[in-house]
Amino acid sequence: MAILSKEEAQAILTKVLGFSTADECEASLRGAEEGNIRYANNAVSTAGAASTMVLSVSSVYGKKVGSASVNEFDEASLKKVVERSEELARLSPENPEYMPMLGPQTYDESPTYVEKTAAIDPAIRANMVAESLEVSKAENLEAAGFLDNSSGFRAMMNSKGLFAYNKSTDVSFSVTIRTPDGTGSGYTSNSFNDVSKLDTLAMSKVAAAKAKNSVGANAIEPGKYTVILEPLAVSDLVSWILRGFDARSADEGRSFMSKRGGGTRLGEQLFDERINIYTDPTNPDLPSATWDSDGLPLKKTTWVENGVVKNLAYSRYWAAQQGVDPMPSGRGMIIPGGSSSLEDMIRGTERGVLVTRFWYIRSVDPQSLLLTGLTRDGTFYIENGAIKFPIKNFRFNESPIIMLNNVDDLGKTERSGNIMVPPMKIRDFTFTSLSDAI
Amino acid sequence: MNRKDFIYYTAMGMGASLLPNGGLFARPIDPLEALNERADAQTKKALADAALNEAKSKGATYADVRIGRYLNQFVATREKRVQGVSNTESYGIGIRVLVDGCWGFAATNKMTKEDIAQTAATAVAIARANAKLQGAPVILAPQQGFGEVSWQAPIEVNAFEVPIKEKVDLLLQVNDVAMQNGANFVNSLIAAVNEQKYFASTDGSYIDQDIHRIYPNFNVTAIDRASGKFQTRGALSSPMGMGYEYLNARPEDKVSGVVTRYKHRYDMLEDVQAAARNAAEKIKAKSVEPGKYDLVLDPSHLWLTIHESVGHSTELDRVLGYEANYAGTSFLSLDKLESGTFNFGNELVNVTADKTETGSLGAVGYDDEGVKCKKWDLIKNGILVNFQATRDQVHILGENESHGCSYSQGWDDVQFQRMPNVSLQPGKEKLSVDELIKDVERGIYIIGDGSFSIDQQRYNFQFGGQLFYEISNGKIVGMLNDVAYQANTQEFWNSCAGICDASDYRLGGAFNDGKGQPSQSNAVSHGSATTRFNGVNVINTARNI
Repeated sequence: MAILSKEEAQAILTKVLGFSTADECEASLRGAEEGNIRYANNAVSTAGAASTMVLSVSSVYGKKVGSASVNEFDEASLKKVVERSEELARLSPENPEYMPMLGPQTYDESPTYVEKTAAIDPAIRANMVAESLEVSKAENLEAAGFLDNSSGFRAMMNSKGLFAYNKSTDVSFSVTIRTPDGTGSGYTSNSFNDVSKLDTLAMSKVAAAKAKNSVGANAIEPGKYTVILEPLAVSDLVSWILRGFDARSADEGRSFMSKRGGGTRLGEQLFDERINIYTDPTNPDLPSATWDSDGLPLKKTTWVENGVVKNLAYSRYWAAQQGVDPMPSGRGMIIPGGSSSLEDMIRGTERGVLVTRFWYIRSVDPQSLLLTGLTRDGTFYIENGAIKFPIKNFRFNESPIIMLNNVDDLGKTERSGNIMVPPMKIRDFTFTSLSDAI
Repeated sequence: MNRKDFIYYTAMGMGASLLPNGGLFARPIDPLEALNERADAQTKKALADAALNEAKSKGATYADVRIGRYLNQFVATREKRVQGVSNTESYGIGIRVLVDGCWGFAATNKMTKEDIAQTAATAVAIARANAKLQGAPVILAPQQGFGEVSWQAPIEVNAFEVPIKEKVDLLLQVNDVAMQNGANFVNSLIAAVNEQKYFASTDGSYIDQDIHRIYPNFNVTAIDRASGKFQTRGALSSPMGMGYEYLNARPEDKVSGVVTRYKHRYDMLEDVQAAARNAAEKIKAKSVEPGKYDLVLDPSHLWLTIHESVGHSTELDRVLGYEANYAGTSFLSLDKLESGTFNFGNELVNVTADKTETGSLGAVGYDDEGVKCKKWDLIKNGILVNFQATRDQVHILGENESHGCSYSQGWDDVQFQRMPNVSLQPGKEKLSVDELIKDVERGIYIIGDGSFSIDQQRYNFQFGGQLFYEISNGKIVGMLNDVAYQANTQEFWNSCAGICDASDYRLGGAFNDGKGQPSQSNAVSHGSATTRFNGVNVINTARNI
């Protein structure tokens, strides 16, 4: 019941709009089915499942907006939710930033839904986890992990003729494998729309190798180092960048995208010229919905080209204020890379630090996008083109903006969670203290 | 009550996307709906019994159900505008079962007896599927059934009964004061939470509870266009386990000093006036010279350091490895506990865990597995003496009664070990903040919480703050900027050099502390009095891009 087809969603929404007497009306449906399994110390600890569906209606008189929702779908309930939203709209003051609803739009297709992922049941989840546990048990290591899969749909329709529908699946897996004495730890994680791309056995082997190789870490002095960041470590940092590509906060002078003296950094060379950043909801390796909550179509958008800022996101309201076209904010960031493998990058490094991932990352200064956090689950010292020994974790204080100006090399791009990035070799990365954590 | 006033601005749904949605199952509601009762205790008992009976008949050796109604209200504004008012309700049932020594959990918001029985059967099926992957079977500490009981948070004013217009008017006034005092931008927010929780278990408990939380907050921004610099100053309020009475300022709850701080009542208008002034001062403040400083930490700041370094490290599930894949483990171990000699801090440091302190976020009558709540020691005269545990963990500590630390953020998430209030006890000797500062030669007085980060075993941390004042030869000499301190938890708590007395004790807290997979949010308070730490490493965080 929770996942409606396009036709089923259309039928309900058409009926809902039929009850409307407001100037404008928008109805949206969303539903999801989710299941998960969590394990630790080589055994399952918790597991669960849930499903839900909800209908929301917004009615508008002039610039007065009212919203209401319901999770019952008989005719009387549908009528009641429309009436309630209309009552709320009449009682509301005007919203000065209200933008009239959009008319019909054309959306691209995106392969966000994969039947095989939707068909995952508790037994399949348990088997996928069993494969991970085989690795840890066989090597006398301890695994803790989480496997979560979901199917969902969203649909919206308005009284101006707009209709949008998307259904999607996701499966996410992460595992930490540790030595029983706690002296070594390794980790991998990833997300896919298509479960056939997820190999819990292979991923667990990577985590197990990191756990064993990280035993006996040496302490080296904090300071500025050349680092090779694996895709996971890159994604931990660069995923902060696009949040700042918001025109309004930049225009207001309170973002790293604001320019001294006023205005924004649009058009500025903000990064190394090898850095390109774009989003593309139809990318087959990172598909996402092709419309946003306003009903605006989402297209491939270039945010940074050859290091130059090419676009900022404009809400429909802010675009109207500034006399430009709206630009929906980007999701699913992609940074194209080069052809080097991680091994090539290590071979070409005289002295450096290999980082598996970062942890507990927080903004320290929004002015420079300075972040702090720590390395975790596999940090290694590189000398003369080879990994020499594991090292203790570091705390860093670094800005991804500065980091993307200090690029030495970009490897091959791959999906890491919900973005696609290459491994990166970065100069002068700032580590400020040592941590005893493993 | 005037309906128009009550729901005034409610419907600004277009702005609601800015606001937290209160969970997967939360749906927007009319604020008046929040005041209707969903189901009486007898109806809930009948639904709970449907689940418990089905679970038992399918082979569960233990089962508990939580019928939860979770209400959230957010009123958010910026400058002269209401950004959004969001009221959400999430209502449903979560069923946890123990089958063959393994947990299973399932939840539904379809509240018929048939759907509930089917969900109980699903929970049993999940437990069975997972039983083949289990390690040692779950061992539950004994728990008496309490029969039909209830607990009500001792609030004076239910925030959900206060008209939206009153909240909007206050926030717009707050914004106006900020702008009048030189702010370039201001955002302000009032968040209110009401958890109506009904717990029942096969032990024979039927527990009805009503819990309230409130969080007024703002952020003031000052901008210097010429230099391109901007600074913010956040509110010195705390989220509290209270009703709307928290916003009725009283002189006796104000702590005067370099800036006014607050105890059990908050003066939002007074604080925002100071904040606008502070934000402008911060732009011109001296950039800190890195090095070792003695830190004097106000409770509005210290709560977060306690939370991260003491609260999380003493969670037994972390110690045992259950959080290894996400939040992490702990530098503490059962060995360190059992030694009875592990110096977490020096002898000044006494830390308690407490689920009963009035007005705190963690206060509740019974936890989410039907255990009556209490208070206990974690660190006594600097020595680690206990952890935080639930029913299925406490046997590992050699105890046969749960600490009552089980909590779930909603009916649709499984309950697990969550942090109680963890508080640093005030000094026994009379000591004021001025007396604490007067012996500091080179120090920094930090007020308000800022940036925070700590490693996955809780050794190495870094904290920022809202306001930094330079102390030179026992006197506050001016404001500093770009300050963050880094330390190791055990070294830090062993550098404690003085704790003010109980008259300075105040609560701070986290409204949304994350842990678990899927991640769940917990609300928890941390009390302390102003405390001095000697020789802490301070870094300068200014960078240019």
